[in-house]
Amino acid sequence: MHSFFHPGSPHANAVAHLWWWMFGVGGAIWIGVTLVALYAAFTRRGSGDGLVEPPAAEHRRIERVVSAATFVTILILAGFLVYDFSVGRALAAHPQRGLTIDVTGHQWWWEVTYENPDPSRRLVTANEMHVPVGEPVQFTLRAADVIHSFWAPSLDGKRDLIPGYTSSFWFTADTAGVYRGQCAEFCGLEHAKMAFYIVADPRPRFEAWLKAASQSHQAPADPTLAYGERVFLASGCATCHSISGTQAFATVGPNLSHFASRSTIAAGTLTNTSVNLTRWILNPQVVKPGVGMPAVPLDSGPLTALVAYLESLK
Amino acid sequence: MSAPRGQQPATVTLAGDDLARDSATLEALWRDCPGFWGWLTAVDHKSIGKRYIITAFLMFLAGGIEAALMRAQLARPENTLLGPDQYNQIFTTHGTTMMFLFAVPMMTAMGIYFVPLMVGARSIAFPRLNAFGYWTYLVGVVFLYVCLFANTGPDAGWFAYTPLSGPAYSPGHRVDVWAQLVTFTEIAALAAAVNVIVTTFKMRAPGMSLNRIPLFVWAQLVVAFMIVFAMPAVATGSTLMLAADRAVNTHWFNAAEGGDALLWQHIFWFFGHPEVYIIFLPALGFVTPIVETFSRRKVVGYTALVLANITTAFFAFGLWVHHMFATPIPELGQSLFTAASMLIAIPTGVQIFCWIATMWSGRLRLATPLLFVLGFIFTFVNGGITGVMLASVAFDKQAHDTFFVVAHLHYVLVGGAVMPLFGAFYYWFPKITGRLLGETLGKWHFWLFLIGVNVAFFPMHVLGLNGMPRRVYTYLAATGWGPLNLVASLGATTIALSVLLFVINAVWSWMGGAPAGADPWGSSGLEWAAASPAPSYNFLHIPVVTSRHPLWDPIAERPVVTGLSTTRREVLITTTFDARPDSLHQHPDASIWPLYLALCMGVTFIGSIFTPYLVLVGLALSLIGIAGWGWTGTRASGPERVATPRPVTEGL
Repeated sequence: MHSFFHPGSPHANAVAHLWWWMFGVGGAIWIGVTLVALYAAFTRRGSGDGLVEPPAAEHRRIERVVSAATFVTILILAGFLVYDFSVGRALAAHPQRGLTIDVTGHQWWWEVTYENPDPSRRLVTANEMHVPVGEPVQFTLRAADVIHSFWAPSLDGKRDLIPGYTSSFWFTADTAGVYRGQCAEFCGLEHAKMAFYIVADPRPRFEAWLKAASQSHQAPADPTLAYGERVFLASGCATCHSISGTQAFATVGPNLSHFASRSTIAAGTLTNTSVNLTRWILNPQVVKPGVGMPAVPLDSGPLTALVAYLESLK
Repeated sequence: MSAPRGQQPATVTLAGDDLARDSATLEALWRDCPGFWGWLTAVDHKSIGKRYIITAFLMFLAGGIEAALMRAQLARPENTLLGPDQYNQIFTTHGTTMMFLFAVPMMTAMGIYFVPLMVGARSIAFPRLNAFGYWTYLVGVVFLYVCLFANTGPDAGWFAYTPLSGPAYSPGHRVDVWAQLVTFTEIAALAAAVNVIVTTFKMRAPGMSLNRIPLFVWAQLVVAFMIVFAMPAVATGSTLMLAADRAVNTHWFNAAEGGDALLWQHIFWFFGHPEVYIIFLPALGFVTPIVETFSRRKVVGYTALVLANITTAFFAFGLWVHHMFATPIPELGQSLFTAASMLIAIPTGVQIFCWIATMWSGRLRLATPLLFVLGFIFTFVNGGITGVMLASVAFDKQAHDTFFVVAHLHYVLVGGAVMPLFGAFYYWFPKITGRLLGETLGKWHFWLFLIGVNVAFFPMHVLGLNGMPRRVYTYLAATGWGPLNLVASLGATTIALSVLLFVINAVWSWMGGAPAGADPWGSSGLEWAAASPAPSYNFLHIPVVTSRHPLWDPIAERPVVTGLSTTRREVLITTTFDARPDSLHQHPDASIWPLYLALCMGVTFIGSIFTPYLVLVGLALSLIGIAGWGWTGTRASGPERVATPRPVTEGL
C-alpha cells in the first residue's frame, strides 16, 4: 500500500479526512467561481466601443457583492485554519510507550536499527522494517550524507532527515499489511530508487520476526553455502557489508545478516530473487546507475555459491 | 496647462527650447545609433525591453523543451530515454530556466518596456543601467546553456539544497554554474527593479498622482520593491555562502564543522517564496487593463486592487517556512506560517472577485486577450485552492515534495502567470510591433493551451497523493503510476503544439499582420496615446493626466506639457505623491560601457568558479568600465530658456 487515499493508521486517516473536507469545499469554490466567470462571459457579451458606466446604486451593489464574497472567503479560511490546528495538535501528542526504530538515510538506502538494552540483541537491517500492529512506533531519523525524507503515505506524512539534526515522529499502524515508502527529498543521482517497506504484523508474528532477525548465523554446514560464505569474505563484499556471525562487519553498505528475509534488493529496486541478485552483483551500475556498489566480476561457480549463500540468510 | 473639471493649474516652469516640436528632431535626438554598433550601445528602454522579452521567450521555449524531455522520459515506467545524470541536469535546468531566465526577466522586461510609456515618460530612469541589466542577464543565459551542452549543467535542483549542493556531494563545477547563474539574474533583476521604482516615483506625467497610477504599473512597482528585498537573500546564500563553501572551503552549511544545512533552506526560501509573487503579481497587472478594455468598463475596486497588491507583497515574505514543514522546526512556529499562507489567499481572492465583478457589469468582447484572462481565472483558482490545502502542516507533510506540489505550482505559475502573459502578448503585441496578432490562430492557441495545461497537470495531483515523489527520473511499473503519467505527457504534447502555433502566429504577424494603429482596442492607458510602435522619444508632448483612464476622457480634456529641450535628452521629473512638475533631468546617451561592464561581470563571476584571482582581474577590469561609464555623459546642452506649457487639444 502506497497511497494517501488508503490510510493504514489513525494519523494518515485524520489527514485524509481533513483533506477530503478541503477538497469538497475547495472544489465547490472552484466550480462556483468558474461558473460565475463563464456566466459573465456568455451573458454580458456585446459590441460597440462605448463605455459602460453603471449607475451609482448598481455600483454600490456590485461592491457589496465583492465584499460579501471576500467575507465568505475569510470565514472558510478561518474554518480550515481551526480544523488544521486541531488535526496538527492531535498528531503532535506523543505516546508514553512504544517501540523505537532508528532510521538513517544514506545515498541511496535506509539503515534501520532496533535498539536493545542487550547489545548482542541490537538489530541492524536495511530498507525493510517490521512493526507491530496497533502499537505506537517511534522513529528516530538521521542522515548520513545529504538530506533525505522518510515517507510512507499510507501511514503518515513525511519527515526530513537532515545532517546535523535528529528528528523523531511516531504513528500506529492499525491495519496489518505491507506499506511501501520512498525517499521524498531529492538526494542525488538515484533519488528515484530509494524505497523501503514497512511490514505491519500482529504482535506474535512481529515478536517471531524480531527474535529470528536478532540471531547470529552459524557457519553453514552445506559445502556450497560454506563456499559461498568464503566467496563473500574473499571477493570484496565484506569491505562494505556485514553479516552477523562472520568476519564481515563493515557498515558502509546495507547490513546483509538476514538478507533473504527481505523482499527487495537495492532499496526496492528489484524483487529479491536469485536471478535478480545475480544481475545485481554482476552489474549494479546498470540496474541503479551511480550506486555505491561496484560490479563484482565473478565466474559462474563462485557466483552461484555466493547467491545461494546470500539467499540462505533468512 | 488646461484645467478641466476645476483642477487647479499647476505652474510649470520648464527650461529648454520652445521651438516647434518636430518629431524628426526628437527622433534624431533620442534614437539609438544605427548599425551593429548602435545595436551594441542601445539604451532606449523599448529596444532593451524588446530584446529582453524575446530572449526570455526563447528561454521559455528552452525550458519547455526540457519539460518535454522529462515528460517523454516519465511517459512510461522504467523508461530509458534519459539516464539519472541527464534527467537531473534537465530538471534542474528546467526549473532554473523557468524561474530565473524566463519568468522573472520576462515580467521585469514587460515593466522595462511599458512602465515609461504608461506613466507618460520620455525614457526609463537609468537607461544605461537598464542596458547593463540586459547584457548581464544575457551573459548568464549563454553561460548556463554553454555549460549544459558541455555536460556541466547544474544537477542539484533549482533549489540546490545543501549539503547535496556542497563540495562533498557535488564535486566538479555543475553547482558552481548554478550558483553564479543566480548571481547574473539577481543583478539584472535588481537593475530593472531600481529602474522601475525610480521611473514610477519620479518620472510620472504631471497629474498622475499615486491614486491614478495604472494597476499594471502598481504591480510592477510593488514587485520591484519585493525584488530589492528578496534578491539580496539568495545573493547572500548562493554567491557568498554556497560559492565560498565550494571555492574556499568555508563551512556555512557543513554540519560536521558546526555549519547548518537547514540555514540554506531558510535563506533560499526567504527569497524563493517572494519569487513566486515576483512572477505572479506583474501577471495580475496585465489582467486589469485587459479586463477593463474588453469589458468597456473601468475596473471595480481600484483601491482594493492596489491594496491587495501591497498586502500580498508583505505576506509573501512571511510564508517561506511552508516549504519546510517536513523539517524539524517547532510546530508552533510552523502554525504561524500556516496562518500566513492562508491569509495570502484573501487579497488574491479580492482581486479575482473585482475582475469578475467588472466583467459581470461590463459589455464583453471575447477577444483572445480576454479569453486568456478567463483561462487564467479557471486555472489559477484551482492552484490557489491547492495552495490553501498545502498551507495545512498536516496535509503538507503528505503532499510536500510530491507530484501534488508539481501540479499546484504549475497551476499557479502557468495558470497565474503564463496565461495572463499570453493574454498580454496578444494585447500589447500591436504596441511593440505595430501589427495585430492573428485572432484565429490566437483562439486555437488559447484552447489548445488551456486543454493541454489541464490535461498535463491535473493528473499530477492524483499521482502525488498516490505516492509519486518529485524529481524522480523513473518509477517501477508496480507503483501503478504509469497511466496517469502517460496522460500528463499527452497534455504536455498539447501544450507544445499550442506554443508552436503562437510562435508561428507571432512571426507571421510581425512580418505581415494587420496594421494596428495607435490604439487598436480602444484602451484607456497612456501607452496607447503613443504611435505603434512608439517612437524613440515615446511622446511628442508629455501628457498631463487628469484621471485614472486618460484615454477614456473626452478628447478636449487631454492637456500636455511643452517646453522640453529638443537639443538634449531632457526628461521631466515630478514629485513622488502628486506628480507635480519638479525639475528637469538630462538623460545619458547611448554607450558601450554597459556591455563592457556586463562582460567584466562575466569574467568576475564565471572566473570565480575556477580561481579567486580571476575575481580580482574582473573587478580591476570593471573599474575601467565604471570610469568610462561615468566619464561619458550626455551631448552638449543647448541654450536654456524658460517656457510655459501650453494646452493642445488633440494628439500627444
